[in-house]
Amino acid sequence: MSAVEAHNLVKRYQSGNDTVEAVRDISLQVQKGELFGIIGPDGAGKTSLFRMLTSLLIPDGGEAHVDGSDIVKDYKAIRRKVGYMPGRFSLYQDLTVEENLHFFATIFNTSIEENYDLVRDIYGQIEPFKNRRAGALSGGMKQKLALSCALIHKPVVLFLDEPTTGVDAVSRKEFWDMLQSLKQQGITILVSTPYMDEASLCDRVALMQGGVIMTTGTPAGIINSFSLPLLAVKGDNMHGLLKDLPGAPGVEQSYSFGEHHHAIMKNDYQQEELERYLEGKGHSGLEIQPVRPTIEDCFMQLMRTDHDR
Amino acid sequence: MTDEIIIHTEGLTKRFGNFTAVDAISFEVQRGEIFGFLGANGAGKTTAMRMLIGLSMPTSGKATVAGFDVFRQTEKIKQNIGYMSQKFSLYEDLTIKENIRLYAGIYGKSDAFIKEKSERLVRQLHMEGEANKLVRSLPLGWKQKLAFSVAIFHEPRIVFLDEPTGGVDPMARREFWNMIYEAADSGITVFVTTHYMDEAEYCNRVSIMVDGRIEALDTPAVLKQTYGAATMNEVFLQLARKASRNGD
Repeated sequence: MSAVEAHNLVKRYQSGNDTVEAVRDISLQVQKGELFGIIGPDGAGKTSLFRMLTSLLIPDGGEAHVDGSDIVKDYKAIRRKVGYMPGRFSLYQDLTVEENLHFFATIFNTSIEENYDLVRDIYGQIEPFKNRRAGALSGGMKQKLALSCALIHKPVVLFLDEPTTGVDAVSRKEFWDMLQSLKQQGITILVSTPYMDEASLCDRVALMQGGVIMTTGTPAGIINSFSLPLLAVKGDNMHGLLKDLPGAPGVEQSYSFGEHHHAIMKNDYQQEELERYLEGKGHSGLEIQPVRPTIEDCFMQLMRTDHDR
Repeated sequence: MTDEIIIHTEGLTKRFGNFTAVDAISFEVQRGEIFGFLGANGAGKTTAMRMLIGLSMPTSGKATVAGFDVFRQTEKIKQNIGYMSQKFSLYEDLTIKENIRLYAGIYGKSDAFIKEKSERLVRQLHMEGEANKLVRSLPLGWKQKLAFSVAIFHEPRIVFLDEPTGGVDPMARREFWNMIYEAADSGITVFVTTHYMDEAEYCNRVSIMVDGRIEALDTPAVLKQTYGAATMNEVFLQLARKASRNGD
Protein backbone atom coordinates (compact mmCIF):
# COMPACT_ATOMS: atom_id res chain seq x y z
CA MET A 1 0.00 0.00 0.00
CA SER A 2 1.30 3.44 -0.91
CA ALA A 3 1.32 6.21 1.68
CA VAL A 4 -0.52 8.49 -0.72
CA GLU A 5 -2.43 7.46 -3.79
CA ALA A 6 -4.40 9.97 -5.84
CA HIS A 7 -6.32 9.40 -9.06
CA ASN A 8 -7.54 12.18 -11.35
CA LEU A 9 -8.08 14.75 -8.60
CA VAL A 10 -9.83 17.93 -9.69
CA LYS A 11 -10.54 21.14 -7.77
CA ARG A 12 -12.39 24.13 -9.19
CA TYR A 13 -13.11 27.53 -7.69
CA GLN A 14 -15.72 30.04 -8.69
CA SER A 15 -14.38 33.56 -9.12
CA GLY A 16 -17.15 35.90 -10.21
CA ASN A 17 -18.40 34.48 -13.49
CA ASP A 18 -15.18 32.58 -14.12
CA THR A 19 -14.36 29.07 -13.05
CA VAL A 20 -10.75 28.51 -12.18
CA GLU A 21 -9.45 24.97 -12.31
CA ALA A 22 -6.78 24.98 -9.63
CA VAL A 23 -6.10 21.24 -9.82
CA ARG A 24 -6.73 19.46 -13.11
CA ASP A 25 -6.71 15.71 -13.17
CA ILE A 26 -3.80 14.98 -10.86
CA SER A 27 -2.67 11.42 -10.20
CA LEU A 28 0.10 10.69 -7.76
CA GLN A 29 1.67 7.88 -5.78
CA VAL A 30 3.96 8.37 -2.81
CA GLN A 31 5.64 5.36 -1.23
CA LYS A 32 5.94 4.83 2.51
CA GLY A 33 8.97 6.52 4.00
CA GLU A 34 9.55 8.70 0.95
CA LEU A 35 10.52 12.36 1.08
CA PHE A 36 8.45 13.60 -1.83
CA GLY A 37 8.64 17.13 -3.23
CA ILE A 38 5.94 19.04 -5.10
CA ILE A 39 7.91 21.67 -6.98
CA GLY A 40 6.10 24.57 -8.59
CA PRO A 41 5.54 28.33 -8.53
CA ASP A 42 2.68 30.17 -6.81
CA GLY A 43 -0.63 29.33 -8.45
CA ALA A 44 0.48 25.86 -9.57
CA GLY A 45 -2.17 24.26 -7.34
CA LYS A 46 0.10 22.90 -4.61
CA THR A 47 -1.94 24.19 -1.70
CA SER A 48 -5.25 22.99 -3.14
CA LEU A 49 -3.72 19.54 -3.67
CA PHE A 50 -2.43 19.41 -0.07
CA ARG A 51 -5.77 20.59 1.34
CA MET A 52 -7.62 17.86 -0.51
CA LEU A 53 -5.17 15.19 0.64
CA THR A 54 -5.53 16.35 4.25
CA SER A 55 -9.39 16.31 4.00
CA LEU A 56 -9.68 20.09 4.34
CA LEU A 57 -11.14 20.50 0.84
CA ILE A 58 -13.52 18.21 -0.99
CA PRO A 59 -12.39 17.37 -4.53
CA ASP A 60 -14.65 18.14 -7.50
CA GLY A 61 -13.45 14.98 -9.18
CA GLY A 62 -11.23 11.97 -8.69
CA GLU A 63 -10.34 10.13 -5.52
CA ALA A 64 -7.43 9.71 -3.17
CA HIS A 65 -6.27 7.61 -0.25
CA VAL A 66 -3.77 8.49 2.44
CA ASP A 67 -2.43 5.51 4.37
CA GLY A 68 -5.39 3.51 3.02
CA SER A 69 -8.07 5.94 4.16
CA ASP A 70 -10.36 7.67 1.69
CA ILE A 71 -9.87 11.45 1.89
CA VAL A 72 -13.63 12.12 1.72
CA LYS A 73 -15.34 9.18 3.42
CA ASP A 74 -12.70 8.56 6.08
CA TYR A 75 -11.93 12.17 6.86
CA LYS A 76 -11.83 11.54 10.60
CA ALA A 77 -9.18 8.86 10.19
CA ILE A 78 -7.24 11.11 7.82
CA ARG A 79 -7.06 13.87 10.37
CA ARG A 80 -5.55 11.50 12.95
CA LYS A 81 -3.04 10.15 10.47
CA VAL A 82 -1.72 13.29 8.85
CA GLY A 83 0.32 16.19 10.14
CA TYR A 84 -0.20 19.43 8.23
CA MET A 85 1.92 22.54 8.34
CA PRO A 86 0.19 25.23 6.30
CA GLY A 87 2.14 27.82 4.36
CA ARG A 88 1.01 30.63 6.57
CA PHE A 89 1.89 30.55 10.30
CA SER A 90 -1.31 29.31 11.95
CA LEU A 91 -0.50 28.68 15.57
CA TYR A 92 -2.00 30.63 18.47
CA GLN A 93 0.08 33.80 18.67
CA ASP A 94 -1.05 34.59 22.21
CA LEU A 95 -0.28 31.17 23.62
CA THR A 96 3.27 30.37 24.67
CA VAL A 97 5.50 27.96 22.79
CA GLU A 98 4.80 25.19 25.29
CA GLU A 99 1.05 25.91 25.46
CA ASN A 100 0.78 25.61 21.69
CA LEU A 101 2.53 22.25 21.63
CA HIS A 102 0.53 21.04 24.64
CA PHE A 103 -2.71 22.12 22.93
CA PHE A 104 -1.97 20.17 19.76
CA ALA A 105 -0.92 17.10 21.74
CA THR A 106 -4.11 17.24 23.80
CA ILE A 107 -6.57 17.52 20.92
CA PHE A 108 -5.01 14.36 19.53
CA ASN A 109 -5.36 12.61 22.89
CA THR A 110 -1.66 12.38 23.50
CA SER A 111 0.95 14.26 25.49
CA ILE A 112 4.23 16.00 24.81
CA GLU A 113 6.01 13.38 26.95
CA GLU A 114 4.59 10.45 24.99
CA ASN A 115 6.00 11.58 21.64
CA TYR A 116 8.87 13.70 22.83
CA ASP A 117 11.42 11.51 21.02
CA LEU A 118 9.93 12.48 17.70
CA VAL A 119 10.23 16.23 18.23
CA ARG A 120 13.34 16.23 20.45
CA ASP A 121 15.74 17.49 17.76
CA ILE A 122 13.42 20.26 16.61
CA TYR A 123 11.54 21.27 19.75
CA GLY A 124 14.76 21.03 21.76
CA GLN A 125 16.05 24.05 19.85
CA ILE A 126 13.15 26.28 20.94
CA GLU A 127 12.51 24.76 24.38
CA PRO A 128 14.70 27.40 26.09
CA PHE A 129 11.99 29.87 24.97
CA LYS A 130 9.02 27.72 25.97
CA ASN A 131 7.40 30.50 28.02
CA ARG A 132 7.57 33.03 25.20
CA ARG A 133 4.40 33.80 23.26
CA ALA A 134 4.41 32.29 19.81
CA GLY A 135 3.67 35.68 18.26
CA ALA A 136 6.97 37.03 19.64
CA LEU A 137 9.14 34.33 18.05
CA SER A 138 11.48 34.94 15.12
CA GLY A 139 10.58 33.48 11.74
CA GLY A 140 12.94 30.55 12.08
CA MET A 141 11.65 29.67 15.56
CA LYS A 142 8.00 29.92 14.49
CA GLN A 143 8.78 27.45 11.76
CA LYS A 144 10.32 24.99 14.24
CA LEU A 145 7.33 25.33 16.56
CA ALA A 146 4.89 24.79 13.69
CA LEU A 147 6.75 21.66 12.64
CA SER A 148 6.77 20.36 16.24
CA CYS A 149 3.01 20.93 16.50
CA ALA A 150 2.40 19.10 13.21
CA LEU A 151 4.44 16.16 14.51
CA ILE A 152 3.38 15.80 18.12
CA HIS A 153 0.58 13.30 17.44
CA LYS A 154 3.00 11.07 15.53
CA PRO A 155 1.44 11.32 12.07
CA VAL A 156 1.94 8.65 9.43
CA VAL A 157 2.21 11.22 6.66
CA LEU A 158 3.45 14.76 7.09
CA PHE A 159 2.32 17.53 4.68
CA LEU A 160 4.45 20.67 4.64
CA ASP A 161 3.14 23.48 2.47
CA GLU A 162 5.98 25.77 1.38
CA PRO A 163 7.88 25.62 4.66
CA THR A 164 10.89 27.44 3.20
CA THR A 165 9.23 30.24 1.23
CA GLY A 166 10.73 33.63 2.03
CA VAL A 167 13.31 31.95 4.26
CA ASP A 168 16.99 32.76 3.70
CA ALA A 169 19.45 30.24 2.27
CA VAL A 170 20.99 29.30 5.62
CA SER A 171 17.68 28.60 7.40
CA ARG A 172 16.43 26.72 4.35
CA LYS A 173 19.37 24.38 4.56
CA GLU A 174 18.79 23.78 8.29
CA PHE A 175 15.15 23.02 7.64
CA TRP A 176 15.99 20.41 5.02
CA ASP A 177 18.44 18.79 7.45
CA MET A 178 15.55 18.45 9.91
CA LEU A 179 13.40 16.80 7.24
CA GLN A 180 16.16 14.31 6.48
CA SER A 181 16.33 13.26 10.12
CA LEU A 182 12.52 12.91 10.30
CA LYS A 183 12.66 10.69 7.25
CA GLN A 184 15.12 8.45 9.11
CA GLN A 185 12.36 7.91 11.68
CA GLY A 186 10.13 6.44 8.99
CA ILE A 187 7.66 9.31 8.49
CA THR A 188 6.44 9.84 4.94
CA ILE A 189 6.87 13.49 4.03
CA LEU A 190 5.24 15.52 1.25
CA VAL A 191 6.73 18.96 0.95
CA SER A 192 5.90 21.70 -1.53
CA THR A 193 8.29 24.43 -2.59
CA PRO A 194 8.70 27.10 -5.28
CA TYR A 195 12.51 26.77 -5.04
CA MET A 196 13.68 24.52 -7.87
CA ASP A 197 17.06 23.89 -6.26
CA GLU A 198 15.37 22.09 -3.36
CA ALA A 199 14.28 19.27 -5.67
CA SER A 200 17.66 17.59 -5.31
CA LEU A 201 17.01 17.13 -1.58
CA CYS A 202 13.95 14.92 -2.22
CA ASP A 203 13.78 11.21 -3.03
CA ARG A 204 11.26 11.90 -5.78
CA VAL A 205 9.58 15.03 -7.04
CA ALA A 206 6.56 16.09 -9.06
CA LEU A 207 7.00 19.24 -11.15
CA MET A 208 3.72 21.13 -11.06
CA GLN A 209 2.45 24.10 -13.06
CA GLY A 210 -1.01 25.42 -13.90
CA GLY A 211 -2.84 22.69 -11.97
CA VAL A 212 -1.10 19.75 -13.64
CA ILE A 213 1.87 17.59 -12.79
CA MET A 214 4.20 17.90 -15.77
CA THR A 215 6.44 15.03 -14.71
CA THR A 216 7.26 12.83 -11.73
CA GLY A 217 10.51 11.05 -10.96
CA THR A 218 13.76 11.06 -9.06
CA PRO A 219 15.68 14.32 -9.50
CA ALA A 220 18.41 12.42 -11.39
CA GLY A 221 15.86 10.66 -13.58
CA ILE A 222 14.19 13.90 -14.56
CA ILE A 223 17.53 15.49 -15.37
CA ASN A 224 18.55 12.49 -17.47
CA SER A 225 15.38 12.80 -19.51
CA PHE A 226 16.41 16.29 -20.68
CA SER A 227 16.59 15.52 -24.36
CA LEU A 228 18.89 18.13 -25.90
CA PRO A 229 22.47 19.32 -25.39
CA LEU A 230 22.84 22.23 -22.98
CA LEU A 231 25.61 24.84 -23.01
CA ALA A 232 26.66 27.36 -20.38
CA VAL A 233 27.76 30.56 -22.08
CA LYS A 234 29.63 33.42 -20.50
CA GLY A 235 31.20 36.57 -21.93
CA ASP A 236 32.27 40.10 -21.08
CA ASN A 237 28.93 41.60 -22.07
CA MET A 238 26.32 39.30 -20.52
CA HIS A 239 23.30 41.46 -21.35
CA GLY A 240 24.32 41.76 -25.00
CA LEU A 241 24.97 38.03 -25.12
CA LEU A 242 21.46 37.31 -23.91
CA LYS A 243 20.09 39.36 -26.80
CA ASP A 244 22.32 37.71 -29.43
CA LEU A 245 22.00 34.08 -28.38
CA PRO A 246 18.46 33.46 -29.69
CA GLY A 247 19.57 34.14 -33.28
CA ALA A 248 22.81 32.16 -33.06
CA PRO A 249 23.35 28.96 -35.10
CA GLY A 250 22.25 25.77 -33.35
CA VAL A 251 20.45 27.56 -30.50
CA GLU A 252 16.92 26.34 -29.73
CA GLN A 253 16.31 28.35 -26.58
CA SER A 254 18.43 30.54 -24.35
CA TYR A 255 17.93 32.20 -21.00
CA SER A 256 19.94 33.65 -18.13
CA PHE A 257 21.10 31.24 -15.48
CA GLY A 258 23.03 32.82 -12.62
CA GLU A 259 26.50 33.84 -13.76
CA HIS A 260 26.04 32.04 -17.11
CA HIS A 261 23.42 31.94 -19.77
CA HIS A 262 22.08 28.55 -20.69
CA ALA A 263 21.55 27.66 -24.34
CA ILE A 264 19.56 24.59 -25.31
CA MET A 265 21.13 23.38 -28.57
CA LYS A 266 19.98 21.37 -31.56
CA ASN A 267 21.51 17.88 -31.59
CA ASP A 268 23.79 18.66 -34.54
CA TYR A 269 25.15 21.96 -33.23
CA GLN A 270 28.79 22.97 -33.78
CA GLN A 271 30.39 24.80 -30.89
CA GLU A 272 32.99 26.47 -33.17
CA GLU A 273 30.25 27.80 -35.39
CA LEU A 274 28.49 29.31 -32.36
CA GLU A 275 31.74 30.88 -31.12
CA ARG A 276 32.49 32.37 -34.56
CA TYR A 277 28.99 33.79 -34.77
CA LEU A 278 29.16 35.43 -31.34
CA GLU A 279 32.64 36.80 -31.97
CA GLY A 280 31.33 38.22 -35.23
CA LYS A 281 28.73 40.06 -33.14
CA GLY A 282 31.58 41.63 -31.20
CA HIS A 283 31.55 39.43 -28.11
CA SER A 284 34.79 38.94 -26.21
CA GLY A 285 35.87 36.84 -23.24
CA LEU A 286 33.62 33.99 -24.38
CA GLU A 287 33.54 30.80 -22.30
CA ILE A 288 31.30 28.09 -23.69
CA GLN A 289 30.98 24.62 -22.21
CA PRO A 290 28.47 21.77 -22.10
CA VAL A 291 26.74 21.47 -18.72
CA ARG A 292 24.40 19.05 -17.02
CA PRO A 293 20.88 20.49 -16.80
CA THR A 294 19.35 21.34 -13.44
CA ILE A 295 15.75 20.78 -12.37
CA GLU A 296 15.07 24.41 -13.26
CA ASP A 297 16.19 23.78 -16.86
CA CYS A 298 13.92 20.76 -17.00
CA PHE A 299 11.03 22.71 -15.51
CA MET A 300 11.30 25.42 -18.16
CA GLN A 301 11.59 22.90 -20.96
CA LEU A 302 8.44 21.14 -19.72
CA MET A 303 6.61 24.48 -19.42
CA ARG A 304 7.37 25.20 -23.06
CA THR A 305 6.30 21.74 -24.21
CA ASP A 306 3.04 22.09 -22.28
CA HIS A 307 2.54 25.52 -23.76
CA ASP A 308 3.07 24.32 -27.33
CA ARG A 309 0.67 21.46 -26.95
CA MET B 1 26.57 54.15 -16.12
CA THR B 2 27.81 57.56 -14.99
CA ASP B 3 29.52 58.43 -11.74
CA GLU B 4 26.47 60.16 -10.40
CA ILE B 5 25.75 58.98 -6.84
CA ILE B 6 22.06 58.28 -6.27
CA ILE B 7 22.21 56.72 -2.81
CA HIS B 8 24.76 57.79 -0.26
CA THR B 9 24.82 56.52 3.34
CA GLU B 10 27.32 57.13 6.10
CA GLY B 11 27.06 55.38 9.46
CA LEU B 12 23.32 54.98 8.97
CA THR B 13 21.90 53.41 12.13
CA LYS B 14 18.52 52.38 13.47
CA ARG B 15 17.94 51.30 17.05
CA PHE B 16 14.76 49.94 18.58
CA GLY B 17 15.30 50.26 22.33
CA ASN B 18 18.48 48.34 23.09
CA PHE B 19 18.40 46.53 19.77
CA THR B 20 20.50 47.88 16.92
CA ALA B 21 18.68 46.69 13.81
CA VAL B 22 20.94 48.56 11.39
CA ASP B 23 24.44 49.20 12.67
CA ALA B 24 26.26 52.09 11.00
CA ILE B 25 26.08 51.10 7.35
CA SER B 26 27.96 53.14 4.77
CA PHE B 27 27.68 52.63 1.03
CA GLU B 28 27.01 54.34 -2.27
CA VAL B 29 24.91 53.38 -5.27
CA GLN B 30 25.50 54.91 -8.68
CA ARG B 31 22.95 56.02 -11.21
CA GLY B 32 21.81 53.23 -13.55
CA GLU B 33 23.25 50.52 -11.34
CA ILE B 34 21.43 47.28 -10.46
CA PHE B 35 22.26 46.98 -6.79
CA GLY B 36 21.49 43.70 -4.97
CA PHE B 37 20.76 44.09 -1.27
CA LEU B 38 21.09 40.69 0.36
CA GLY B 39 21.06 39.34 3.88
CA ALA B 40 19.66 36.56 6.02
CA ASN B 41 16.23 36.92 7.64
CA GLY B 42 16.65 39.36 10.49
CA ALA B 43 19.90 40.87 9.21
CA GLY B 44 18.30 44.32 8.97
CA LYS B 45 17.56 44.60 5.23
CA THR B 46 13.95 45.67 5.60
CA THR B 47 14.75 48.24 8.28
CA ALA B 48 17.54 49.69 6.14
CA MET B 49 15.30 49.85 3.11
CA ARG B 50 12.50 51.53 5.07
CA MET B 51 14.91 54.28 6.09
CA LEU B 52 16.01 54.78 2.49
CA ILE B 53 12.46 55.12 1.19
CA GLY B 54 11.49 57.64 3.85
CA LEU B 55 9.24 55.38 5.94
CA SER B 56 11.44 55.10 9.01
CA MET B 57 13.46 57.79 10.75
CA PRO B 58 17.09 56.77 11.30
CA THR B 59 18.51 56.96 14.82
CA SER B 60 21.83 58.38 13.61
CA GLY B 61 24.13 58.67 10.63
CA LYS B 62 23.58 60.31 7.27
CA ALA B 63 21.89 59.33 4.04
CA THR B 64 20.64 60.90 0.86
CA VAL B 65 18.47 59.24 -1.76
CA ALA B 66 18.16 60.91 -5.18
CA GLY B 67 19.78 63.92 -3.59
CA PHE B 68 17.28 64.22 -0.74
CA ASP B 69 17.97 63.83 2.96
CA VAL B 70 16.35 60.87 4.74
CA PHE B 71 15.88 62.92 7.93
CA ARG B 72 14.39 66.09 6.55
CA GLN B 73 13.10 65.43 3.03
CA THR B 74 11.17 62.17 3.22
CA GLU B 75 8.27 63.51 1.14
CA LYS B 76 10.68 64.54 -1.61
CA ILE B 77 12.20 61.07 -1.52
CA LYS B 78 8.80 59.43 -1.91
CA GLN B 79 8.08 61.57 -4.99
CA ASN B 80 11.35 60.58 -6.63
CA ILE B 81 11.40 56.83 -6.07
CA GLY B 82 9.36 53.84 -7.11
CA TYR B 83 8.65 50.91 -4.79
CA MET B 84 7.24 47.43 -5.20
CA SER B 85 7.15 44.44 -2.90
CA GLN B 86 6.16 40.84 -3.20
CA LYS B 87 3.41 41.19 -0.64
CA PHE B 88 1.57 44.27 -1.76
CA SER B 89 1.82 45.81 -5.15
CA LEU B 90 -1.50 46.36 -6.88
CA TYR B 91 -5.19 46.62 -6.04
CA GLU B 92 -6.68 43.25 -6.92
CA ASP B 93 -10.21 44.59 -7.36
CA LEU B 94 -9.19 47.29 -9.82
CA THR B 95 -8.46 46.62 -13.49
CA ILE B 96 -5.01 46.96 -15.02
CA LYS B 97 -5.87 50.39 -16.44
CA GLU B 98 -7.44 51.55 -13.19
CA ASN B 99 -4.34 50.57 -11.23
CA ILE B 100 -2.11 52.49 -13.61
CA ARG B 101 -4.36 55.56 -13.44
CA LEU B 102 -4.52 55.43 -9.65
CA TYR B 103 -0.75 55.23 -9.14
CA ALA B 104 0.11 57.77 -11.83
CA GLY B 105 -2.53 60.11 -10.43
CA ILE B 106 -1.05 59.87 -6.92
CA TYR B 107 2.27 60.92 -8.39
CA GLY B 108 0.58 63.92 -9.98
CA LYS B 109 0.93 62.93 -13.64
CA SER B 110 -1.34 64.66 -16.15
CA ASP B 111 -4.29 62.90 -17.78
CA ALA B 112 -2.65 63.23 -21.20
CA PHE B 113 0.59 61.67 -19.96
CA ILE B 114 -1.30 58.83 -18.26
CA LYS B 115 -3.45 58.11 -21.29
CA GLU B 116 -0.61 58.06 -23.79
CA LYS B 117 1.82 56.13 -21.64
CA SER B 118 -0.61 53.55 -20.30
CA GLU B 119 -1.64 52.57 -23.83
CA ARG B 120 2.00 52.13 -24.77
CA LEU B 121 2.70 50.17 -21.59
CA VAL B 122 -0.21 47.78 -22.05
CA ARG B 123 1.02 47.11 -25.60
CA GLN B 124 4.59 46.49 -24.46
CA LEU B 125 3.37 44.04 -21.84
CA HIS B 126 1.18 42.29 -24.43
CA MET B 127 -1.77 42.77 -22.09
CA GLU B 128 -4.12 44.53 -24.56
CA GLY B 129 -6.72 41.82 -24.08
CA GLU B 130 -6.61 42.13 -20.30
CA ALA B 131 -6.39 45.90 -19.87
CA ASN B 132 -9.93 46.12 -18.54
CA LYS B 133 -9.82 42.95 -16.46
CA LEU B 134 -9.41 42.84 -12.69
CA VAL B 135 -5.84 42.38 -11.57
CA ARG B 136 -7.04 39.51 -9.35
CA SER B 137 -7.56 37.34 -12.42
CA LEU B 138 -3.94 37.62 -13.65
CA PRO B 139 -1.27 34.96 -13.09
CA LEU B 140 1.33 35.95 -10.47
CA GLY B 141 4.12 36.41 -13.02
CA TRP B 142 1.99 38.92 -14.97
CA LYS B 143 1.00 40.74 -11.80
CA GLN B 144 4.60 41.23 -10.81
CA LYS B 145 5.59 42.48 -14.26
CA LEU B 146 2.68 44.89 -14.18
CA ALA B 147 3.52 45.97 -10.62
CA PHE B 148 7.07 46.77 -11.70
CA SER B 149 5.83 48.80 -14.67
CA VAL B 150 3.47 50.71 -12.39
CA ALA B 151 6.28 51.34 -9.89
CA ILE B 152 8.35 53.06 -12.61
CA PHE B 153 5.44 54.61 -14.50
CA HIS B 154 6.10 58.07 -13.06
CA GLU B 155 9.73 57.77 -14.23
CA PRO B 156 11.45 57.81 -10.85
CA ARG B 157 15.23 58.03 -10.61
CA ILE B 158 15.43 54.92 -8.50
CA VAL B 159 13.16 51.95 -7.87
CA PHE B 160 13.21 49.77 -4.75
CA LEU B 161 12.17 46.15 -5.27
CA ASP B 162 11.56 44.02 -2.18
CA GLU B 163 11.69 40.33 -3.15
CA PRO B 164 9.85 41.00 -6.39
CA THR B 165 10.15 37.46 -7.78
CA GLY B 166 9.23 35.34 -4.75
CA GLY B 167 7.12 32.35 -5.86
CA VAL B 168 7.18 33.41 -9.51
CA ASP B 169 7.73 30.65 -12.10
CA PRO B 170 11.22 30.34 -13.61
CA MET B 171 10.30 31.74 -17.00
CA ALA B 172 8.39 34.72 -15.62
CA ARG B 173 11.27 35.34 -13.22
CA ARG B 174 13.62 35.75 -16.19
CA GLU B 175 11.18 37.96 -18.08
CA PHE B 176 11.02 40.08 -14.95
CA TRP B 177 14.79 40.46 -14.92
CA ASN B 178 14.76 41.51 -18.57
CA MET B 179 12.50 44.35 -17.53
CA ILE B 180 14.94 45.27 -14.77
CA TYR B 181 17.79 45.41 -17.31
CA GLU B 182 15.75 47.63 -19.61
CA ALA B 183 14.91 49.99 -16.76
CA ALA B 184 18.58 50.19 -15.80
CA ASP B 185 19.54 50.84 -19.43
CA SER B 186 17.12 53.75 -19.48
CA GLY B 187 18.93 55.25 -16.49
CA ILE B 188 16.70 54.11 -13.62
CA THR B 189 18.70 52.81 -10.67
CA VAL B 190 17.44 49.46 -9.34
CA PHE B 191 17.78 48.52 -5.67
CA VAL B 192 16.62 44.93 -5.22
CA THR B 193 16.39 42.28 -2.49
CA THR B 194 15.99 38.59 -3.27
CA HIS B 195 16.31 35.12 -1.78
CA TYR B 196 17.22 33.64 -5.17
CA MET B 197 20.99 33.52 -5.27
CA ASP B 198 21.12 33.14 -9.06
CA GLU B 199 19.52 36.59 -9.21
CA ALA B 200 22.40 38.00 -7.16
CA GLU B 201 24.55 37.19 -10.21
CA TYR B 202 22.42 39.53 -12.35
CA CYS B 203 23.28 42.56 -10.21
CA ASN B 204 26.15 44.95 -11.01
CA ARG B 205 27.09 44.99 -7.34
CA VAL B 206 25.81 43.13 -4.32
CA SER B 207 25.91 43.93 -0.62
CA ILE B 208 25.41 41.27 2.03
CA MET B 209 24.13 42.25 5.47
CA VAL B 210 24.90 40.20 8.57
CA ASP B 211 23.67 41.22 12.04
CA GLY B 212 22.86 44.78 10.99
CA ARG B 213 26.17 45.47 9.26
CA ILE B 214 27.24 45.30 5.64
CA GLU B 215 29.79 42.48 5.69
CA ALA B 216 30.60 42.45 2.00
CA LEU B 217 29.98 44.72 -0.96
CA ASP B 218 31.33 44.27 -4.46
CA THR B 219 30.62 42.84 -7.89
CA PRO B 220 29.54 39.18 -7.88
CA ALA B 221 32.81 38.23 -9.61
CA VAL B 222 35.02 39.87 -6.98
CA LEU B 223 32.93 38.50 -4.10
CA LYS B 224 33.26 34.96 -5.43
CA GLN B 225 37.00 35.42 -5.81
CA THR B 226 37.41 36.94 -2.35
CA TYR B 227 35.54 34.11 -0.65
CA GLY B 228 36.95 31.36 -2.84
CA ALA B 229 33.42 30.38 -3.84
CA ALA B 230 32.04 29.03 -7.12
CA THR B 231 28.62 30.62 -6.73
CA MET B 232 26.97 33.54 -4.95
CA ASN B 233 25.05 30.97 -2.93
CA GLU B 234 28.33 29.80 -1.37
CA VAL B 235 29.42 33.37 -0.68
CA PHE B 236 26.09 34.02 1.01
CA LEU B 237 26.23 30.86 3.11
CA GLN B 238 29.77 31.59 4.30
CA LEU B 239 28.82 35.08 5.42
CA ALA B 240 25.36 34.38 6.78
CA ARG B 241 26.56 31.47 8.91
CA LYS B 242 28.57 33.97 10.95
CA ALA B 243 25.34 35.60 12.06
CA SER B 244 24.61 35.47 15.77
CA ARG B 245 21.09 36.87 15.40
CA ASN B 246 18.37 34.34 14.89
CA GLY B 247 15.59 34.80 12.34
CA ASP B 248 13.45 37.86 11.71
